[in-house]
Amino acid sequence: MSGKYEAVIGLEVHAQMLTDTKIFCGCSTKFGSEPNSQTCPVCIGMPGVLPVLNGKAVEFAIKTGIAMNCKISSYSRFARKNYFYPDLPKGYQISQYELPICEHGHIEIMVDGDVRRIGITRIHMEEDAGKNIHEESGPYSFVDLNRAGVPLMEIVSEPDIRSPKEAAEYMKKLRTILKDLDVCDGNMEQGSLRCDANVSVRHVGQKEFGTRAELKNINSFRFVEKAIEYEIKRQIKVLEDGGKVIQETRLWDSAAGVTISMRSKEEAHDYRYFPEPDLVPITVEQKWIDEIKASQPEFSDERRERFVSEYGLPQYNADQLAIDRSTSVLFEEAVKAGGTPKDVANLIIGELTRLLNEDSKTFDECPLRPKQLADMLRLIENGTISGKIAKTVFEEMYKTGKDADTVVKEKGLVQISDEGAIEKAVDEALAKNRNEVERYKAGDEKLMGFFVGQVMKATKGKANPQMVNELLKKKLG
Amino acid sequence: MLNAIGRNTLKLNELTVSELRRLLDNRGIKPQEVLDDVYNRIDAVEDKVKAYITITKDSAYEMAKDAEQAILSNKQSLLTGIPVAVKDNMCTKGISTTCASKMLHNFKPPYESTVTARLKEQEYILIGKTNLDEFAMGSSTENSGFHTTRNPWDPERVPGGSSGGSAAAVAADECIAALGSDTGGSIRQPAALCGVVGLKPTYGRVSRYGLVAFASSLDQIGPITKNVMDSAIMLNAVAGHDPLDSTSAPAEVPDFANFLGQDIKGLKIGIPKEYFIEGMDKYVDDAVRSAAKKLESLGAIPVEVSLPHTGYAVAAYYILATSEASSNLARYDGVKYGFRAQGGKDLLEIYMNARSQGFGAEVKRRIMLGTYALSAGYYDAYYKKGQQVRTLIKQDFDNAFKEADVIVTPTSPTPAFKVGEKSTDPLQMYLSDIFTISVNLAGVPAISIPCGFTKNNLPIGLQMIGRHFDEGLILKAAYAYEQSTEWHTRRPAL
Repeated sequence: MSGKYEAVIGLEVHAQMLTDTKIFCGCSTKFGSEPNSQTCPVCIGMPGVLPVLNGKAVEFAIKTGIAMNCKISSYSRFARKNYFYPDLPKGYQISQYELPICEHGHIEIMVDGDVRRIGITRIHMEEDAGKNIHEESGPYSFVDLNRAGVPLMEIVSEPDIRSPKEAAEYMKKLRTILKDLDVCDGNMEQGSLRCDANVSVRHVGQKEFGTRAELKNINSFRFVEKAIEYEIKRQIKVLEDGGKVIQETRLWDSAAGVTISMRSKEEAHDYRYFPEPDLVPITVEQKWIDEIKASQPEFSDERRERFVSEYGLPQYNADQLAIDRSTSVLFEEAVKAGGTPKDVANLIIGELTRLLNEDSKTFDECPLRPKQLADMLRLIENGTISGKIAKTVFEEMYKTGKDADTVVKEKGLVQISDEGAIEKAVDEALAKNRNEVERYKAGDEKLMGFFVGQVMKATKGKANPQMVNELLKKKLG
Repeated sequence: MLNAIGRNTLKLNELTVSELRRLLDNRGIKPQEVLDDVYNRIDAVEDKVKAYITITKDSAYEMAKDAEQAILSNKQSLLTGIPVAVKDNMCTKGISTTCASKMLHNFKPPYESTVTARLKEQEYILIGKTNLDEFAMGSSTENSGFHTTRNPWDPERVPGGSSGGSAAAVAADECIAALGSDTGGSIRQPAALCGVVGLKPTYGRVSRYGLVAFASSLDQIGPITKNVMDSAIMLNAVAGHDPLDSTSAPAEVPDFANFLGQDIKGLKIGIPKEYFIEGMDKYVDDAVRSAAKKLESLGAIPVEVSLPHTGYAVAAYYILATSEASSNLARYDGVKYGFRAQGGKDLLEIYMNARSQGFGAEVKRRIMLGTYALSAGYYDAYYKKGQQVRTLIKQDFDNAFKEADVIVTPTSPTPAFKVGEKSTDPLQMYLSDIFTISVNLAGVPAISIPCGFTKNNLPIGLQMIGRHFDEGLILKAAYAYEQSTEWHTRRPAL
């Protein structure tokens, strides 16, 4: 960003709630079923039917509000947002407008070692729309209403975010909280967590906001940063070229890496909001709020502190584990199953993260159980396998889901700790490389690594490294 | 069994719910015989009256078999074997539910409204679905997308509306009782114009689940019957909290029949001066004033009450009701069910074709009014102002009910008007509901009962308004009045 300018960013995040049933009817919210198999007269907007509010959705919204330090409204209500689209069967979306369930909150994020507080303007409940599916070549479009009526929370931030990196950190923190609460699975690729960004730029020191553009279709964590970065540059260029930023909605095109204009302010819908007459206002008693407060889970910040104090992990490792609830659970369960905290942490942060990333999987989809991790670490500790072999073993475990013992047995990877066998290998290696032995003896000590490598190669990596080292030193003495 | 002569002279379709209950339970008659007389009557007069959109004769005789079995095994319920007509904006599973609109001409709901489900539990027999102004928007049934229903007292005249089909069917003895819906007077005004009893319960007393919405915060279902007793019986059958309708009240439902026959000595009846306006029909004015005198002679005490914001009710109503309607009717887009227009090059055209061809003029007018009232920049001046007026009107009633137990007014400023007389002047038509609209805005219950006739032999209706959930008291007052007069016994000479 050019030093003269500063970005002002606010995010509107839609989170699909993990309720079993839809927000206004009893249909299942399961993802990926046969199109229109999870529908009923209420969620497809038949004449004369009426919505009935799912209490679980209210509870989830309150939970989230408490976690984000919001004021929970004792009186709130739904409103209708009116617009025509085939995926919106009633011709209006039941949402909240004037009186949302949660307001005036904030969350804290860490950016480059500094704590930043980002305000939460409001959290409100609404129903999701269905999905339009367009036939590639034919004249038809199809409508799948399985998603219509799935409960959403819209979490609106204050325009407190100042950089694409902060936006990404904010999204990560939001996801962590939602997952800690078990109210949303936080999957941006599948659309259970969605992000629209309001972006504007202004001169440093200027008080008023610049004209903003709303970015839509940011469908992965990676793109949060990229899309905003692009948009800031675009707006600065417009201003530098003497132009004006216009208020509009822009679409992030991830393939091209650009944002493109979708509709201007003039083309914006007039949603004609008015209070939903089919639902009575929601009254929340303090007692309920207190009960929910008392049952809140441990959050990542608390967890991180605990990982440092309870397990003696370095701050950095504690950070990486605590940010995600599934990772934290995996870590603690593996420790409980006998793993040394430091080793378990390294295994998760190192090899397991690498394998999952290569597979584009999250920790929720990890194929290995905590005990399997602990068992493998035990094999290293008791000398059954070497650290080097462990990598191979672990990859195989990840691929097949088999236990470490089984993999080691099947592949014959047990470490050679028989002194006679290792000595034989060492002798052979030294005999084959007389020149190097001479050089070593002449003072080129760096060649020790070479000899170890030769022995390992000969034993297919199975020789106990410590014993190899000791024997080599003795023989070359 | 009734003797042969008795059966031949007695037309069962002319009886009331309570009379038929007695005869059926005594096994003097069979449900099928009642049906025979009802359908014979329909065959004889329906050409003139045109009360029905759909007649469900086959399923009615099926239902009659079950009713007969229930009676023979002494397991009858409140309405076992009683033929009832239902306004065609209440969903009946597998049976055409059109709202008198081309938009839903082919719509058969895969679900049952709560009211008809409750009637079914009471083993009623559905005779057919009655005509209305399209989507219940109108005061004459002239806005029906199919045909205009005629007033059985004078087929040149309208039956009122929007529940004109139900009121005419009851008045013409084409059924025993009927259900209507009332958003601004749509049960009471046609009941008045057809000389029958129409009750709009408290908002929330009867479930709206399955009632095709016109204005959700005002709509309420209620009975149209030949007398007050039947009104109480029908209300008993349909009232009560419904988990499928969040706006239905968890209030306790008394047996409304228990209120009937109690004397009304000391009952304070309020007569609001704002309801006796210039331009009101002289016969209506006279009839309502003498009805008040009659109540006084029965021991009621007249008190003066004022409903000062009455003059703003029609304006507020036409903002709020149309605003809600504009949203409620958005689902009719030609995509999922109902009418789909041919052609259309893109999505917008598909929508526009379906909605311009599927809806009638009055429905379109109200959608446009409501869309306008909710638009950005106009919301405060219209919708919000309308809500504020609504609050004032509620307060008017709260204050009046500190003085009076029941408020007595005319139901309609005029008796039945001629077909075509007001249909070209929407504002005149809207004023037909000037005395009924405030009741919906306030959410209170009100009943219309016959209280006289004009010199042209057209019925006049008396409206009695009660406190929230105090249907019992207005039924009691209405019954006392009815029992001391003979208006309700008169029948049109069709």
